Amino acid sequence: MAETIAGDEAVAGQGQISRWAQIRATLGAWGFMSPAAVLVTVFFFIPVIILFVISLTDLSSSNFSDPLTFIGLDNYAKLFRDRFFPKILGNTIRYVVLTLGFFNVGLALVLALLTTHINRRAGFFFRLVWLLPRITPSVVYVLMWRRIAHQPPFGILNQLLAPFGVAPRYWLVKQPWLFVILVNGFVGASFGMIIFTSAIEAIPRDYIIAAKVDGASTWQIIRDITLPMIKWPLLFVTTYQTLSLLTSFQYILLLTEGGPGLYTTEVWALTAYKRALKTYFGHNQWGYGAAWGFILVIIGIALSVIYLRVFRFNELVQEPKIDVL
Amino acid sequence: MRVKLENLTKRWGNVVGADHINLEVGDGEFVAFLGPSGCGKTTTLLMIAGIYKPTEGIIKFDGQIVNHLAPKDRNIGMVFQSYALYPHMTVFQNISYPLKLKKVPKEEMQKHAQRVADMMGIGHLMDRKPAQLSGGQQQRVALGRALVKEPDLLLFDEPLSNLDARLRLTMRSEIKRLQMELGITSIYVTHDQVEAMTMANRIAVMKDGRLQAYATPDELYDRPRTLFIAGFVGNPPMNFLEVEVVRENGDYHARREGFDVVVPADRGVKAAGQGTIIMGIRPEDITLGDEGIVGEVYVVEPLGRDDLVDVRIGKADIHVLADPEKGLKVGDMVRLNFDTHKIQFFDPQTEQSLLWTD
Ligand SMILES: Nc1ncnc2c1ncn2[C@@H]1O[C@H](COP(=O)(O)OP(=O)(O)O)[C@@H](O)[C@H]1O
Ligand SMILES: [Mg+2]
Repeated sequence: MAETIAGDEAVAGQGQISRWAQIRATLGAWGFMSPAAVLVTVFFFIPVIILFVISLTDLSSSNFSDPLTFIGLDNYAKLFRDRFFPKILGNTIRYVVLTLGFFNVGLALVLALLTTHINRRAGFFFRLVWLLPRITPSVVYVLMWRRIAHQPPFGILNQLLAPFGVAPRYWLVKQPWLFVILVNGFVGASFGMIIFTSAIEAIPRDYIIAAKVDGASTWQIIRDITLPMIKWPLLFVTTYQTLSLLTSFQYILLLTEGGPGLYTTEVWALTAYKRALKTYFGHNQWGYGAAWGFILVIIGIALSVIYLRVFRFNELVQEPKIDVL
Repeated sequence: MRVKLENLTKRWGNVVGADHINLEVGDGEFVAFLGPSGCGKTTTLLMIAGIYKPTEGIIKFDGQIVNHLAPKDRNIGMVFQSYALYPHMTVFQNISYPLKLKKVPKEEMQKHAQRVADMMGIGHLMDRKPAQLSGGQQQRVALGRALVKEPDLLLFDEPLSNLDARLRLTMRSEIKRLQMELGITSIYVTHDQVEAMTMANRIAVMKDGRLQAYATPDELYDRPRTLFIAGFVGNPPMNFLEVEVVRENGDYHARREGFDVVVPADRGVKAAGQGTIIMGIRPEDITLGDEGIVGEVYVVEPLGRDDLVDVRIGKADIHVLADPEKGLKVGDMVRLNFDTHKIQFFDPQTEQSLLWTD
């Protein structure tokens, strides 16, 4: 009898201890998450909420001293009815998909693979060269490209192609999209290149040796071992660069200002910027611009979720099932 | 398949990985490369696999020079200390990967992979990823992947070093049994001399990139040709004492302060008159008795079946294996008898054996 009582007490005591441990574990988890949570709240959630609120008003440079007038979803209705809305949407998709595919991920991957498969020092030098555009001020960098694609009788490209019998032309106006993508891509590729390079170099050598002994060629090793092993950096760069391309417009602004002509290379972020902050007649439609901006945020969030699904992020954190042999 | 290395050398600038290695592995033989970490075992193995290009020298398979052959054309299976299982592939995909690269038809591939997996006792784990397996299971998958393409040569690079002691014992005998059954020529790299001694037909002892000896386990144990081999092979390691061997009244005496034993004439004659030399004797060749050299017990380490006793004779320490029943304590005085037929002598300058160098 005495034994049973002592036993019960022990069990009760254990229950208390484990409850305590649970509370402490929960507190610990929140403690570790709090810095990130604070950052995300202050720099993402709060601005997005403010943006949304502004997008529901008709706030502009002509009425900013008056009390806010809420106009419901009028700004959104106006946006979708805009004559150039389909054009801008198409431009944005084209800009993001082509720059991302050919340069920010595609070329980045090719560069990373090339520079990790040649002599180490040569690879390092090559990567350094590719970083140069990124450390050049945007204005200088874009000016350089404008010189390259300038109208006859100027234009470095015209000079270079003349010996091959190519007729001189104003390249930037004739092929605006080519240059919009090149200008962004040459800078954008270096980010992925750095990430992919370190990921490739971090693959333990034993895997590569094992694959060679198993009979794989260089190309088969890249396809079967290297690429699957840098899946996570690939997801990261693709997601990060999609979002950053969606919201970036400074090179387009400096290069073509969305032209030549009407909206030829104008992308979503550039429209939002122009509507909200830069108009020729000094009429800044903050409320309307905010509507453009808010939709962009929604698109970004939706894309991130889709990416996580497509790359099956869940599999990366699968539970182990070990039973000892 | 026979393997022959001729003057095989690998250098990276001033760093020497392997230095003029000469050896031959017979068909179906199990050879161990034994040596301390950094002595060039992996380097030599990777040259045989075709991963490293030799700086100098020749590798022959069955008499054919294979230096120029890519790894995939050498029909080799390899097992790593890290297992090197592709983490994104299932067990089945890992094992069948070499077959997939050979474009073996799907059905045949499946059957073959399953047979190898069953042989390794992991047939029920085909759908798992490597991260969901224990170390022993992973090592079996790695072994299966090496065996699936029916290689002419198996290379092992310290395959058991990451396993716990009990599992290592099981896997050791399993690998040995498998190798004997399949009769595949094997080279097994290890720094563990027990592994080498128990598994290999012949052992190549390496140090600083050089081949120190290439002999059967028994020969290495009984007739070590260098001081390094004598000290490296055997556990607990051989005792070394500086002695002088002199001839007196027809007997050869090995002597130092507080120490004097008569050694057999065939060994003594090779060591006499050389000044101070190094004598070697294994702990298991010394017994405690009522007569013999007097020493004082300095340390007692229980090993379970035996006690490893550190006995002081003058300024020298000698390790002896003693029966725990004796209950030896620090400070006890004991008498040591040496099995003088097992005594080794080495030249202190060249570190070569005075007995076994021709
Ligand atoms: N890729 C390499 N580049 C330069 N030195 C190397 C390389 N691989 C091995 N070494 C050197 O060669 C020597 C032998 O190494 P290794 O064959 O790995 O030894 P072990 O496998 O016997 O431990 C070491 O000194 C090591 O530092
Ligand atoms: Mg090694």
